[in-house]
Amino acid sequence: MNETRILSEQETAEILAAAGHYPDKSAASVEALKIVQKYRGWVSDEALKTVAGLLEMSPDELDGVATFYNLIFRRPVGENVILCCDSVSCWMLGADRIREHLSERLGIGLGETTADGRYTLLPIVCLGACDRAPVLMVGEELYEDVDESKIDELLKRNGQTWTDR
Amino acid sequence: MAKITVDGQTYDVKAGDNLLKTCLSLRLDLPYFCWHPALGSVGACRQCAVVQYKDESDAQGRLVMACMTPVTEGLRVSLEAPQAREFRAGVIEFLMTNHPHDCPVCEEGGECHLQDMTVMTGHTFRRYRGLKRTHRNQYLGPFINHEMNRCIACYRCVRVYRDYAGGKDLDVFASRNNVYFGRFEDGVLENEFSGNLVEVCPTGVFTDRTFSQHYVRKWDLQHAPSICVHCGVGCNTSPGERYGTLRRIVNRYNGEVNGYFLCDRGRFGYGFVNSERRIRQPMLRGEPVSGETALAHFQGLLGGHTIGIGSPRASLEVNFALRELVGAEHFYAGFAQGEASLAAAILDVLRHWPVHNPSLREVEQADAVLILGEDVANTAPRVALALRQAVRNRAFERADRLKIPRWQDAAVREAAQGEKSPLFVVAPNATRLDDIAEAICRGTPEDIARLGLAIANRIDASAPAVADLSQEDEHLAELIGDTLTAAAHPLIVSGTGCGSLSVVRAAANIALALSNRREGRAVDLCYVVPECNTLGLAMMDERSVKDAFAAAKTRDLNTVIVLENDLYRRADAGAVDSFFNGTRHVVVIDHIRHGTAAKAQLLLPGSTFAETEGTLVSLEGRAQRFYSVMPGSGEIRDSWRWLADAAAKRWSNIDALTAACAAALPEFGPIRNAAPPAGFRVEGEKVPREPHRYSGRTAMFANREIHEPKPPDDPDSALAFSMEGASVDVPPALLPFVWAPGWNSHQQAVNKFQDEVGGALRGGDPGVRLFESPETAEPRWFDEVPYRLRDEARWRAIPLYHVFGSEELSALSPPLAERVPAAYAALHPEDAERLGVGETLAVRLNERVVRLPLRLESSLPRGAVGISAGLAGLFRSDLPAWIAIEKEGERP
Ligand code: SF4
Ligand code: SF4
Ligand code: FES
Ligand code: FES
Repeated sequence: MNETRILSEQETAEILAAAGHYPDKSAASVEALKIVQKYRGWVSDEALKTVAGLLEMSPDELDGVATFYNLIFRRPVGENVILCCDSVSCWMLGADRIREHLSERLGIGLGETTADGRYTLLPIVCLGACDRAPVLMVGEELYEDVDESKIDELLKRNGQTWTDR
Repeated sequence: MAKITVDGQTYDVKAGDNLLKTCLSLRLDLPYFCWHPALGSVGACRQCAVVQYKDESDAQGRLVMACMTPVTEGLRVSLEAPQAREFRAGVIEFLMTNHPHDCPVCEEGGECHLQDMTVMTGHTFRRYRGLKRTHRNQYLGPFINHEMNRCIACYRCVRVYRDYAGGKDLDVFASRNNVYFGRFEDGVLENEFSGNLVEVCPTGVFTDRTFSQHYVRKWDLQHAPSICVHCGVGCNTSPGERYGTLRRIVNRYNGEVNGYFLCDRGRFGYGFVNSERRIRQPMLRGEPVSGETALAHFQGLLGGHTIGIGSPRASLEVNFALRELVGAEHFYAGFAQGEASLAAAILDVLRHWPVHNPSLREVEQADAVLILGEDVANTAPRVALALRQAVRNRAFERADRLKIPRWQDAAVREAAQGEKSPLFVVAPNATRLDDIAEAICRGTPEDIARLGLAIANRIDASAPAVADLSQEDEHLAELIGDTLTAAAHPLIVSGTGCGSLSVVRAAANIALALSNRREGRAVDLCYVVPECNTLGLAMMDERSVKDAFAAAKTRDLNTVIVLENDLYRRADAGAVDSFFNGTRHVVVIDHIRHGTAAKAQLLLPGSTFAETEGTLVSLEGRAQRFYSVMPGSGEIRDSWRWLADAAAKRWSNIDALTAACAAALPEFGPIRNAAPPAGFRVEGEKVPREPHRYSGRTAMFANREIHEPKPPDDPDSALAFSMEGASVDVPPALLPFVWAPGWNSHQQAVNKFQDEVGGALRGGDPGVRLFESPETAEPRWFDEVPYRLRDEARWRAIPLYHVFGSEELSALSPPLAERVPAAYAALHPEDAERLGVGETLAVRLNERVVRLPLRLESSLPRGAVGISAGLAGLFRSDLPAWIAIEKEGERP
């Protein structure tokens, strides 16, 4: 497999630089995966194999790391990844309702991406903002005390992609 | 020792073990999943909870995990306390929320540790009504099925596959309820110990795919204690049969040999027994005849000059029966010429030098290892697995210093990081132990022998020196020599793999040098030999097929009897053909058709290991008895019975033959004690080969005969082809399978048969060692130093081995055949470039030109051609050799 065809020179350089910080290259697994995701939004099988080669790991080992973390995406995601907290505080304060509303507006379920590639809906564990439950995270941004109107507002801001039903 | 109290009962036990192991060794029933005697404790499953009390006055106690609790003086625990019982039942109930409860269609059913533990904890009613998560299963190759939904996330699979066996292509993915044990993508599990997943996984996630082809429940299988015939290690196995076909092979615990694990060649190589290529009918000049006719004809051929050619893949007894029939001077061991001299050289060292031939358990104790010229993972796989454990000794020492108990698996690994005891690999090519090696050196057999001799000289200056050593080799010899000298338990591993006497002798010199440095104490030396009875046969006779051919030339040969041996694997085809052409009568006794069987005028159907009894001598020098799993069908007879019936001398049963062999050849004296004799009884009863729940006995042959047939007699062993007989106090050598009430999974049931869990079997691990105390004659250094051979015109052809393919019988097993690569030749890429060769290489081997696909192998020494030994017509007997590479256009 030609490494440079799969990863850009930039990516390769950054990954090798990260790996250089540790006596054991595999210690840079998460950083390397984040570098790939930074440039591509997600980590494909081919990219993962290439990174594994750079870190002197088997793809199995690296994928074990990649799949352990919710925020390393092993499938393509939309431009905006909406993470719905489904842990206990949010669940008590209506997380299910919020998720249903989102699903209805976007026409997708958890783990799915809208046809136009704008949104992906994913569950996530406690985001550490239980006092403002229910919460969502979109990209890097946290949305607290979420209700239906906040959702509609949020979707409007990021671009409406669904057909009103 | 420590005094502990378990549920009010006091016991004197070994201090420092973990409490789970101690309880199991006391034969108490305590459920567990993640712990395994060979893998240690990680405390992952929470199934082994018990209540521990501070002192006598503590009535409350607290829950602890037994597998994580060290046994100390005065420890007070309860297995039966209600909190402990409830907790354990709760753990199972949780584990089962995602389990599909599909026992009726699960191949683990009936020997499932999860079933056993569920019953043991009393979780008998399912309350959970929610959804279960489901997984997609993977294709894992021809050996292993995958059904991930049955997983209980105990992590044993990755621990045995990765940590224990060094595999890379199995791992755990995702987290919490979604954890998934499998490969990165569908595909063949590459590690040659993958079959152990079937036994180590406590559920039906990993099951034996070859068994699926003809599946029956464990309780419907007829078993026997057996020995693997696919290499020289002599792993103990328990094959299972139903309706006359061999269905599968599982591990049979032997604390000194294979412990809990087999390699995939041994486990999945049994298909030849059921093969279309079996010889089932006597054939006279190509026509089937009855056994009586065949025997009468056979007897008629015995006048005149008759010779017998034995076989290193046949038992001592059957070889001896042939030797008796033709007379010792007319019996030839049937080795290839090279094999014969290698085996003789090895025997000489084992008999007379200050060496100790270690058991695999002892191999695991080594604290410094040198592998000299042997690709162990391909030629004696189970030894390679033991070596993988040996390099952990430094980690254990570090743990000892840190006061971490050795059984604390995760902590010991964490403390050690990558630290390993030194292991050096000196081999012709890359091996699957290179990943744990401190240093690797590659070269031709001559280079390897030179380095070996230099190491001996470094250790003891009175050993012969090697002139013109490269600087690199000199450094390496220093490093290896000094490391071995400093070690407390150094181990040398060598063998016949290189086909080089110099390599075998260099290894002996190293052992002698070390012994001289250790006041003459014996040094561990393990020689890998190719076949299941190479060593035993060599003890009987050291002559090769070439010697037989020469004898045939001196005198008009009337009859040759070839026993369980394909001579085309032992000498080049031309020589074999002319030998057969010059012989009036060719009699072949074997179980499988091959080139030699095709030449037989009289072909007699012999039996495989599954249908006969006998003794094999492993590379450890351990004589071990194997027993028939089933009677031979139709005209198939014990090979030795054909010979006995033809001879004037008759042995009433195998014991008589074993005794005759032991009497005739004093070195075999101990083999009589390898297992109890046929007359042995437990309370007047034989030992049944079938479990007590064996079903269908009265009806399974009703299509042939409505009355239940009488079980076949077995005059040759204390075992019965029956479900009735003694089931307790069975000596280990006679244990056909292991089972204990409540313990149906044999990896765990064996707990009940050991002195101490993970230790020796109660009554002693089976087998007798034949080289216990070497006569301390005065060994003289081997002092022939080979030249550093390089030849511009010719190439050094060296054998390359494949765990799947290089051995004759296992390669005939269809699932294993899927893993056998096509025959090939290999060159260093630069040599290939210099020669301008691409896809194929034409080499002149033994007067014939073979054109082989070319592999580029950068680990090969320059000037060498690697030839895949044992694959499709390329036999190791041809190698090593000087060969010519035929240039394009010069081809005939
Ligand atoms: S696959 Fe088997 S061994 Fe592996 S974690 Fe699951 S139950 Fe345990
Ligand atoms: S190591 Fe050898 S004896 Fe043991 S199972 Fe494998 S092939 Fe059989
Ligand atoms: S439960 Fe949702 S933020 Fe903590
Ligand atoms: S066996 Fe003790 S926690 Fe798993």
